[in-house]
Amino acid sequence: MSHRRPVARRARQQRAPWLVVPLAAVAVAYVTVPFLALLERAPWTNLGELVGRPVVTDALRLSLTTALAATGIALVLGIPLAWVLARTRFPGRSAVRALVILPMVLPPVVGGAALLFAFGRRGLLGGPVYDSTGFLLPFSTWGVVAANTFVAMPFLVVTVESGLRAADPRYEDAAATLGASRWMIFRRITLPHAAPSIIAGAVLCWARALGEFGATVTFAGNLQGRTQTMPLAVFLALETDRDAAIALSLVLIAVSLAVLIPLRDRWLTV
Amino acid sequence: MLRAAIEVHLGPFELDVDLQVDDGEVVALLGPNGAGKTTALRAIAGLQPLDHGRITLDGTVLDDPAADVFVPTADRPIGVVFQDYLLFPRLTALDNIAFGLRARGHDKASARSQARRWLERFALTDHAHARPRTLSGGQAQRVALARALATDPRLLLLDEPLAALDAGTRVEVRTELRRHLATFAGARLLITHDPVDALVLADRLVIIEGGQITQTGTPAEVTARPASRYVAQLVGINLLHGTAAGDHTVRLDTGAELTVADPLPGPDVAVAIRPQAIALHRHQPEGSPRNTWTSTVTDLEIDRDRVRVTLTGPVPVTAEVTPAAVAELDLTPGTTVWATVKAVDLTTYPR
Repeated sequence: MSHRRPVARRARQQRAPWLVVPLAAVAVAYVTVPFLALLERAPWTNLGELVGRPVVTDALRLSLTTALAATGIALVLGIPLAWVLARTRFPGRSAVRALVILPMVLPPVVGGAALLFAFGRRGLLGGPVYDSTGFLLPFSTWGVVAANTFVAMPFLVVTVESGLRAADPRYEDAAATLGASRWMIFRRITLPHAAPSIIAGAVLCWARALGEFGATVTFAGNLQGRTQTMPLAVFLALETDRDAAIALSLVLIAVSLAVLIPLRDRWLTV
Repeated sequence: MLRAAIEVHLGPFELDVDLQVDDGEVVALLGPNGAGKTTALRAIAGLQPLDHGRITLDGTVLDDPAADVFVPTADRPIGVVFQDYLLFPRLTALDNIAFGLRARGHDKASARSQARRWLERFALTDHAHARPRTLSGGQAQRVALARALATDPRLLLLDEPLAALDAGTRVEVRTELRRHLATFAGARLLITHDPVDALVLADRLVIIEGGQITQTGTPAEVTARPASRYVAQLVGINLLHGTAAGDHTVRLDTGAELTVADPLPGPDVAVAIRPQAIALHRHQPEGSPRNTWTSTVTDLEIDRDRVRVTLTGPVPVTAEVTPAAVAELDLTPGTTVWATVKAVDLTTYPR
């Protein structure tokens, strides 16, 4: 069979319906032209100076660390949640799934507001915590992480859940007949089988967290060095210093491409 | 010894079977797809809880819903060779075999060294570090068998162990499986839809149809007296054991010799003859059939438009003829007839 595959692939390419290729070309152009426009307006001569400014380096450092932290939290909480959604039956499961993916469709600003009502100084949980410990989540770097996690975790959960559903559960049966405990099955069979979807989900989650704007600005504010991530800095700079905004955007694009390109062919095709 | 009274309801499907497998015995659970064979295996392995019934292994209760006893799969001393083998794709052959030992508390070094001995026993030493997808069907089956046996189970379950193989390697792997099965002293339950696998590998057949057992018995018993038309079609083939007495000649255990068209596959062979391929004559026939012998009719069994004629003599077989032929030949128990079968209608299997 394998020796036939390239032939089949070539044949399939030749048979592309006539409208498909032009429409695909339009799609590519639609995505490419804005980037070209950005490059065309880029202040190449003093780009080095712009990128070296504290406002840029602070925002970049904050964006990378908070997106990474949010991805870490999403992995720790999201993989178990995906497992529960994929492998167990309980009343209200579909309601739970709808709630979990709600942040994907909700405007992030609404998410940020909801987070404030939950974790703000007078919030449902934030109030008692502030009164007893003085700890305040909003307008802190942890607030950025919380906002990022809230918005980005659903991407991981949905991806891993579908990966777990696609995995053949009979391998877990086989492991059980060999005496493996539930934890050993989860660790040595379930997780490795779901690895491609976990990596894909983590990348999607990280990318979503890196670009997070609405929930962050609502819940965490826009303080340089503490809560001002790259998207927030770009938005602010567009009003005051257009060259800095473009420089920030170029850095963000470079970071995104540096992560996505090596991963794409290997992991994002699940 | 396994005793299993299995009652499982899955939607509209009801499985209700009683099975017993003694130590040292190979029992084949034979039936068409959807008969409930795999559900029975899953119930015994603890992957499908019983609705009613009771499963015991060497006197220990594994599942008894009435007494609220259920031993989880991981705690049952049962080895399973799954359909498609289900070798863990990310582990090497060695680590697949070591998996069960690790799960049962052996440290890594001891699990690996034991697994290495299993690889040697199954002639797989060269493939210790191979991933399952690089193994041939026969090698994968040996790894699966070694993996199931490495945890020292008291019962071995095999779910369609030959179904994943193409016809070319099937005969060879079946022979190998027969040899390896013989080395395991506990009870063995084999699930298959292929009558030849069942006849070659099993000491006893349990035929299951629509969730119910329709017949049990040794291969010879079931072949001679199929309980239903369905069983007759499924296992109604004559299987005779013998040894090679030439490139194309098999000497049966009775001393009779049969000529076959294909070269013999080994020194010990089983010869399969479809009952429809045997022609009966009142007088010695002329013509080309290579195999002609005399027999005595011991039994006639009418099944609608067919009659199964049981014959004794040097070649004890069952022939299937039309009622018209029975009338024409005037067959009754005690009648002596000439039986013929063409060499090309004999299929041989290595034993």
